[in-house]
Amino acid sequence: MTAAIFYILSAAALLATLMAITRKNPVHAVIYLVHAFFALALIFFILGAPLVAAWEVIIYAGAIMVLFLFIIMMLELTPGEAARGPGWQRWAPVILLSGSIVVCTLLLMTAEPQAGPGGPNFYASPRDFGYGLFKEYALAVEIVSFQLLFAAVGAFYVGRGERTRRRARGDER
Amino acid sequence: MITVNHYLVLSAILFALGTFGVLTRRNAIVIFMCIELMLNAVNLSFIALSHHLGNLDGQIFVFFVMTVAAAEAAVGLALMITFFRNRESIEVDDISMLKW
Repeated sequence: MTAAIFYILSAAALLATLMAITRKNPVHAVIYLVHAFFALALIFFILGAPLVAAWEVIIYAGAIMVLFLFIIMMLELTPGEAARGPGWQRWAPVILLSGSIVVCTLLLMTAEPQAGPGGPNFYASPRDFGYGLFKEYALAVEIVSFQLLFAAVGAFYVGRGERTRRRARGDER
Repeated sequence: MITVNHYLVLSAILFALGTFGVLTRRNAIVIFMCIELMLNAVNLSFIALSHHLGNLDGQIFVFFVMTVAAAEAAVGLALMITFFRNRESIEVDDISMLKW
């Protein structure tokens, strides 16, 4: 049962990745990559990592990919011409991928979550994860939080507009 | 029966596809997305080995990889915006000034 779900999900992840790296239109590439991340999140769930699976959806598919989408649309990078060919041909891959991912999600919801194949019967609950993270790796968490702060400051500094730059030089009227 | 090898092979294929995308695509934002994909392939092998060994440390390292990816996306996209303002393009072929 879980084996079949694993094979379907890995096929979905590979197909989505292949589509993502071959699309001309970057918006389509983002959509396919989000599908790949959803499939990978379900594989993480099979492997007994429910919290990491949730993060995969929230951080990667939710935050980072939407940021990419904003930038692509802000810079108007999409090619002008519309795609050729009949409609179903353009929609078939994305419908196939979303359908298989939804079916696998429903199957996993009904199946036993702990019954992961391969290795010991390992299941990391969010509580175990929090203990491990904030006891053993507390210093690393602090360093990573500093890194996020520096990244935010760096992104602001690099991406500041011409007006802010002029004001910093002091020749703003 | 699925062993840890299946997960590692899937991870290797995803990593190879990401590398292929980085090497063949010319759009800097798509190259960035391929780098995210490679980080995800590494996450998969971390979690597969964490499951195989019954050890939590792999999942905790995935947390750190994710924060690094988020920071990288923020700074990298700010760089793209600045570059686009100066050159009106996002193709990596136009960023060859530093090439030896």
